[in-house]
Amino acid sequence: MAGWFTKTRATIEAEAKKTLGKGIFRRCVGCSETIKDEEFVRNYEVCPNCGHHYRLRAPGWVELLLDEETFVEHDANLHSKDPLGFVDSKPYPTRVTAAQKKSGHTDAFVSGSGKLNDRDVELGLFAFHFMGGSMGSVVGEKITRTIERGLANKAPVLLLSSSGGARMQEGALSLMQMAKSVSALGKLREANIPFISILADPTTGGVAASFALIGDVNIAEPGALIGFAGARVIEQTIRQTLPEGFQRAEFLLDHGMVDAIVPRLEMKAHIGNLLSLWLD
Amino acid sequence: MAYLDFEKPLVELERRIADLKAASDGLDGLDTQIAELEARAQTVQRNICDQLSIWQKVQLSRHPDRPYFLDYVEHCFTDFTELHGDRLYSDDSAIIAGFARFNGRPVAIIGHQKGRSTKEKVHRNFGMAHPEGYRKACRIMELASRFGRPVLTFIDTPGAYPGLGAEERGQSEAIGHALYVMSQLKVPVIATVIGEGGSGGALALGVANRVLMLQYSTYSVITPEGCASILWRDGAHAPDAAEQLKLLAPNASKLGIVEEIVEEPVGGAHRDVPNMAQRLTVALEAQLKDLDGLSAEELIEDRYAKFRKIGAYNG
Ligand SMILES: [Zn+2]
Repeated sequence: MAGWFTKTRATIEAEAKKTLGKGIFRRCVGCSETIKDEEFVRNYEVCPNCGHHYRLRAPGWVELLLDEETFVEHDANLHSKDPLGFVDSKPYPTRVTAAQKKSGHTDAFVSGSGKLNDRDVELGLFAFHFMGGSMGSVVGEKITRTIERGLANKAPVLLLSSSGGARMQEGALSLMQMAKSVSALGKLREANIPFISILADPTTGGVAASFALIGDVNIAEPGALIGFAGARVIEQTIRQTLPEGFQRAEFLLDHGMVDAIVPRLEMKAHIGNLLSLWLD
Repeated sequence: MAYLDFEKPLVELERRIADLKAASDGLDGLDTQIAELEARAQTVQRNICDQLSIWQKVQLSRHPDRPYFLDYVEHCFTDFTELHGDRLYSDDSAIIAGFARFNGRPVAIIGHQKGRSTKEKVHRNFGMAHPEGYRKACRIMELASRFGRPVLTFIDTPGAYPGLGAEERGQSEAIGHALYVMSQLKVPVIATVIGEGGSGGALALGVANRVLMLQYSTYSVITPEGCASILWRDGAHAPDAAEQLKLLAPNASKLGIVEEIVEEPVGGAHRDVPNMAQRLTVALEAQLKDLDGLSAEELIEDRYAKFRKIGAYNG
């Protein structure tokens, strides 16, 4: 099991704070209030004043969604190769190493087994702070294994997306992870095992256009950016300004693409209730 | 005939050949001269092809005269019956779908369609589908699955359309759902990248038992232009991005993504469309034959196994 997980969430947040040098107060972009940093940490990165959702890292999500001390991480040793020998301003391996140092993860996805309200579940989480949560071979493999474990253990699969899309540096191999993960979902559906897709900020590109929007239910976080193409690309293509709130969770709810928008602190209860309604 | 920059050495030769042919009209003596020039054109053509850069090959995949899906429909199939609409919103002209006979055998055929003239380009939306296109494709593929007809798809798109309506109507869901539907088809599925295989919009027709690429086609996670504008912060670096993305057919083959590369006529598919269509017909026939006899379950499992093993990682 990975070393990073033995660190508590509080220490990780504390380390992040130190390195960022932000001090112990934070000014909320949602309400402009200056609020104690520890209040955000205690509230799983949701503003206690206005409810603005900031990105929560994997340990926080595990603590929030799973029963205490039930999480067992899997596949933490998978790490990427450099199949294309990709170099832009830096070689790809240099980017990966930097991201590993910065995040404490081997790649942009954390997965494992645990319990949610005493029910066995398989959980997979994107780590956005690792190269924008981009999906390459490692992420695709971990997602597929998570789904396959759900199939083997007859356990509902929860995938929490927070990703800019496919990882360019692994080229078409990244693209193929979309087909690989969705094909695995097909088996899960055949076996009548639920797949719950949680859409956190942001869920775009190849992650949106594969498994993320085809959950048995799609549950979005308030304000999360969810869409296929980037707003800038769309504006350049259609040469018009996009409407207010475009590609936000509320926009997707309006257009019938998500089942519900659920505040983070209610997420576990919401999912627990659904699973109970389906399975008990 | 349109000529790309690197094809320019052919312009003068081919003009002279055409002139001589027009002038010869029944007269003797010019035939040997024409044959000589044609042989020289072939050599020039071969030399051009031998020295193509990666970026020039990308340009060939997008050549204005490159055969599109409908050209293959004309040359490789009979009795084509197009089926329109997704039953939900509209008919997307960027994807054409229907049933036809392939060497006498009924099959479903589905492909991205680019336009040749300006008007047709707009009508086909440059081969960039909306959600309706993928939903229509799913509808036809599911029909084929029910009636036991193999599905042949033809990929040629810069990508799914990035637009307001596309987002409103669920471009992401439409592509994701298409991947799912294809993974579950109970019939043989063969996909061929005939030009540009651009990101999710291409893959949405690509979850097949066998994936073929024409020699000068591309298959990529993002267009070189898109990649350059993100990683180089300048779209003009597209040729650099193209080199890094390893998007050509031999690369895809090495990565385990395609099963077969179909060689193109000298100079590229556009130089001899009937010949290209013939080569593709032979390849498709062989691949179909290879999948014959597999049960529905075996076909689904074969498709799963194909994609399951794709990826490069340690541990
Ligand atoms: Zn606030």
